[in-house]
Amino acid sequence: MDKNISFKLRYWRQNGPKDKGHFDEREMKDIPGDTSFLEMLDILNEELVSEGKEPFVFDHDCREGICGMCSLYINGTPHGKTERGATTCQLYMRKFKDGDTITVEPWRSAGFPVIKDCMVDRTAFDKIIQAGGYVTARTGQPQDANAILIPKQDADEAMDCASCIGCGACVAACKNGSAMLFVSSKVSQLALLPQGRPEAARRAKAMVAKMDELGFGNCTNTRACEAVCPKCESIANIARLNREFIAAKLND
Amino acid sequence: MATLDSKIPAGPVAEKWTNYKAHQKLVNPANKRRLDVIVVGTGLAGASAAASLGEMGFRVFNFCIQDSPRRAHSIAAQGGINAAKNYQNDGDSVYRLFYDTVKGGDYRAREANVYRLAEVSNSIIDQCVAQGVPFAREYGGMLANRSFGGAQVSRTFYAKGQTGQQLLLGAYSALSCQVNAGTVKLYTRYEMMDLVIVDGRARGIIARNLVTGKLERFAAHAVVIATGGYGNAYFLSTNAMGCNCSAAMQCYRKGAYFANPAYVQIHPTCIPVHGDKQSKLTLMSESLRNDGRIWVPKKKEDALKLQKGEIQGSDIPEEDRDYYLERRYPAFGNLVPRDVASRAAKERCDAGMGVNNTGLAVFLDFSESINRLGIDIVLQRYGNLFDMYEEITDVNPGELAKEINGVKYYHPMMIYPAIHYTMGGIWVDYELQTTVKGLFAIGECNFSDHGANRLGASALMQGLADGYFVLPYTIQNYLADQITVPRFSTELPEFAEAEKNVQDLINRLMNIKGKKSVDSIHKELGHVMWEYVGMGRTEEGLKIGLQKLKEIRKDFENNLFIPGTTEGVNIELEKALRLNDFITMGELIAYDALNRNESCGGHFREEYQTEEGEAKRDDENFFYVACWEYQGSDDKAPVLYKEPLVYEAIKVQTRNYKS
Ligand SMILES: Cc1cc2nc3c(=O)[nH]c(=O)nc-3n(C[C@H](O)[C@H](O)[C@H](O)COP(=O)(O)OP(=O)(O)OC[C@H]3O[C@@H](n4cnc5c(N)ncnc54)[C@H](O)[C@@H]3O)c2cc1C
Ligand code: SF4
Ligand code: FES
Repeated sequence: MDKNISFKLRYWRQNGPKDKGHFDEREMKDIPGDTSFLEMLDILNEELVSEGKEPFVFDHDCREGICGMCSLYINGTPHGKTERGATTCQLYMRKFKDGDTITVEPWRSAGFPVIKDCMVDRTAFDKIIQAGGYVTARTGQPQDANAILIPKQDADEAMDCASCIGCGACVAACKNGSAMLFVSSKVSQLALLPQGRPEAARRAKAMVAKMDELGFGNCTNTRACEAVCPKCESIANIARLNREFIAAKLND
Repeated sequence: MATLDSKIPAGPVAEKWTNYKAHQKLVNPANKRRLDVIVVGTGLAGASAAASLGEMGFRVFNFCIQDSPRRAHSIAAQGGINAAKNYQNDGDSVYRLFYDTVKGGDYRAREANVYRLAEVSNSIIDQCVAQGVPFAREYGGMLANRSFGGAQVSRTFYAKGQTGQQLLLGAYSALSCQVNAGTVKLYTRYEMMDLVIVDGRARGIIARNLVTGKLERFAAHAVVIATGGYGNAYFLSTNAMGCNCSAAMQCYRKGAYFANPAYVQIHPTCIPVHGDKQSKLTLMSESLRNDGRIWVPKKKEDALKLQKGEIQGSDIPEEDRDYYLERRYPAFGNLVPRDVASRAAKERCDAGMGVNNTGLAVFLDFSESINRLGIDIVLQRYGNLFDMYEEITDVNPGELAKEINGVKYYHPMMIYPAIHYTMGGIWVDYELQTTVKGLFAIGECNFSDHGANRLGASALMQGLADGYFVLPYTIQNYLADQITVPRFSTELPEFAEAEKNVQDLINRLMNIKGKKSVDSIHKELGHVMWEYVGMGRTEEGLKIGLQKLKEIRKDFENNLFIPGTTEGVNIELEKALRLNDFITMGELIAYDALNRNESCGGHFREEYQTEEGEAKRDDENFFYVACWEYQGSDDKAPVLYKEPLVYEAIKVQTRNYKS
C-alpha cells in the first residue's frame, strides 16, 4: 500500500489576464499516495471552500489523459515529471516525497493568455486547425473504406502523429513559445495518409502562417517540446513539416 | 399532454429509411442560408451534426462547455465502433447488426430506429476514412477488426485504444473546415442554461459565458441538443468531470418527455474504487475481455486472505480459480453483454468472493493469453491499457508473478462494475425530434437506439449516425416549413423571461450561503443513487431512495455554499447549477425504476429474477417506452405516458447467452 505524505503546496493565483498574479501556499497533510494530482487539488479546493474562500481554478475534464484539458506546470515541468509520457491528471502523489515543496503554475506563453489562476486560453490551437488541419471531405457517400489500401506501417505512423491531445505542453516548455510540435503532428498525420496528400501543400502553408500570425515563436531545435509531450510526439514530425513547407513554397 | 407519435415510416423494416428519404421535404440551397440552427454539444453527435449542417448551407451556432470542441467527452472512448461491413467474411450483415443490437438491448429498443442505425453504420466508416481517421489496418492494408461483447462476429473498427479520440478529431476537423468556411460559429466555454420556446416551438437558448459569467441570448429556427449522458448523477462514474444532464433537464422542464431514465449501464471492467477522495472512476476498455479471463477464487478462505492482503491473485493455482462467466455462459464466456457481466461480478462479491480490501473487485487475468500468444502480441493489443492500469494502481498486468507447477502466472488486474453510460434520454421520434416542436436530440442524450442495454462500440456508431447521416436529413423535413419564418429577435419577451428565470435561479443559489460545498452534496447524492438506484434495485429500496433524494434536495436548497460572485469564472457556481439538475435526474431515474416491475438490460429489479439469478422480463406488461412528463415543479412526481413497442421483423425472445 502507498504511504501518506505531507508537503507544502505553492499554487498560482491570477485574477484575469491583466492581473500580475501571485503564489498562495498551503501545507497539505496526510495525502494518500494513490491520490491523483488533481484529486489532491480537489482536496485543496474542499478545504478552501470550507473556509469560505474561492477555489483554485484549473482546467480538467476526462482525468484519463486523453481530452488535453489538464495543463499544469508542476515544479518547472509541464504536466510534472512522470516516467513515461503522461498528463497532469495521470500523475499520482506516490511520485512525490514527504516534506516536498510542490509548485504549480499555468502554461506561460504569449499564445495562451491566463483566464484565471491556472486556466489558460488555448483557442489559438483551434484557430490553427481551422486554417487547414483537415481533409476536405464532404459528408455523404464516400467510396468504400477498403478501396483505399494503406500499409499497416503508414497507418500506425499516422496514428502516432494523430495521438496529439492538443494540450499545449510543447508550447509551455519551449523557450520560444513555438507550437511546431503541435502543428507538425497534425500535418504529419495527414501527409502520411493518401487521403491527406491532395491538400498537403496548402495545409502546411496555411497552418504555419496562422501559427505565426497568432504570436507563437520559431523552432530552434531545443527539443524541449518532445521531452514533455504526454503523447510522445516526435520532433521528426517537425522535420517532416519543414519538408512539406519548403516543397509547398517551391511550388508557389 | 404532447402527442407521442413515433412517426415510423410505413413498409418493411429494411425499406423504411429509403422510403423516408425518398419522400421527405428538402430545403433548397438559397433558403438554407436563411435558416439558423443551434447545436448544443461538440461530441461525436454534435460536431458531426454541426459540420454536416454547415456544409449543407445552414447557418449553425455550435456550443460547448470545454475550451475546445475537440475536448468533448467522446474523446475518451477507447474500444471501437461497430459497422456491418463484413470485411472479415464471418457472416455479418446489416440484419445481424440490427438483430444483435435489439437483442443486446433486451428487446426494449424501437426496431425501425435500430435498423436504420445498422444500415448507415457502413457509411460512417467510409466517411471517417475519407477524413483521414487512422483506423488500425492489417498488413495487406485493409481495415482491421476486433470483437466486442454481445456479438459473435468481428465487426468493431478501432484506432489503438483511442477510437473515440480519433473519431472525434475527424468530426472536429470537419467542423473546423466549416468554421473556416464561415457556416459554423463556435461558442466555446459557453453553457446552455435554458431553452426558449416561442409559440410552442423551440426558437433559441439562453447560455452562460463561463469566462465572463454573463448570460447571453441566441435565436434560431431549430435547436439540436447533443449534450451527452447523465451518468454523473451517480457522482462516481467513468464519465468526464464536466459531463452533465442540465441541457436535457432544461428541455424536460420545458415539455420534452424523458424516456426510460432507469436504463443506466454499468460497465463491468472499471478500476475499483480506492478511497473516499476519489472524483471519478477509470474504465478499462471492454476489449480486454477478448483475451482476459475473469475470475474469483473458488474457496471462500482464499477470498478472505486476498481481502486481508495475505496472498495475491497469482498465488492461487488454476484449479482453485472460478472463471464464473465461462462457467455460467459457455457460449459467450467472457464476452457476455455488459449488464450480464456486471451483475455476475456483483453476485460473486455479494457471495463474499471479492478479491481486494473492500471485497468489491474481481480479477481479469491475462496469464492464459500471454502463455498462448506470447507477451509481445498481448502488449501490442493492450500495451497502452496495461500502462494506464499500472499508472493508476502501480501493478503491471504484463509482469510475470510466479510459476506454479510449470504454469506461468501473471499479475491479474482488478476490476469492478461502475456507472458508464445512460441508455435513457430525451424522447425522440423517428426524425429525432422531441415532443417540443423544433427541438431535436441526438447522441447519448436521446433514448433512441439501445433499448435497455447498449452493446460495446455502439454509442460511437449512434452518435455519428445521428450527426452525419440521420439528423441532416430529418431536420430538413421540419425546416422546409420554416423558410418563410424570418430570423427571430432575441428581444422577444420569451427570451427576456427565460433569461430572468435563469438569473433568479443563480441569485437564489448564490444567496443560500450555507455551509456545504457542492461536491459534498453531490457525493451524498451519488451514494444514495448507487445504494438504492444502482445495480440491484428493489421496490423498498427505491422508495427509501426517493425519500432520501428529497432530503438531499432540501439540504441543497438550505445548506449550499458557493464562494465568489456571479461575475467571471466561478467553478463552484457551474457545478452547483449542474447538481441542481442531477438531483432532479436522480428522482426521475428512481421513479422509472420503481414503475418498471421487471428486470431488463441495465435495469435489474431483484424481485424479478429467475432461480438462476437471470433477469426476468415481463413483455406482457412492460413492452413499452416509458415517457415521463414534467409537472411544472421539481417537487411534483412526473407523469408517465407509454409508447408501445411494435416488433415486425424480430421475434421477441428471452435473451440467452448460455448456448
Ligand atoms: C470512458 C468511456 C469509454 C467509452 N468507450 C466507448 C467505446 O469504445 N465505444 C462506444 O461506442 N462508446 C463508448 N463510450 C460511450 C461514448 O463515448 C459516448 O456515449 C459518446 O461519446 C457520447 O457522445 P455525445 O456526442 O452524445 O456526447 P459527448 O461526447 O458527451 O458530448 C457532449 C457535448 O455537449 C456539451 N455540453 C454538455 N452540456 C452542455 C451545456 N449545458 N451547454 C453547452 N454544451 C454542453 C459538451 O461540452 C460536449 O461538447 C465510452 C464512454 C466512456 C465514458
Ligand atoms: S504535441 Fe504533445 S505536448 Fe504538444 S499539444 Fe500535442 S500532445 Fe500536447
Ligand atoms: S483531464 Fe483530460 S487529459 Fe487530463
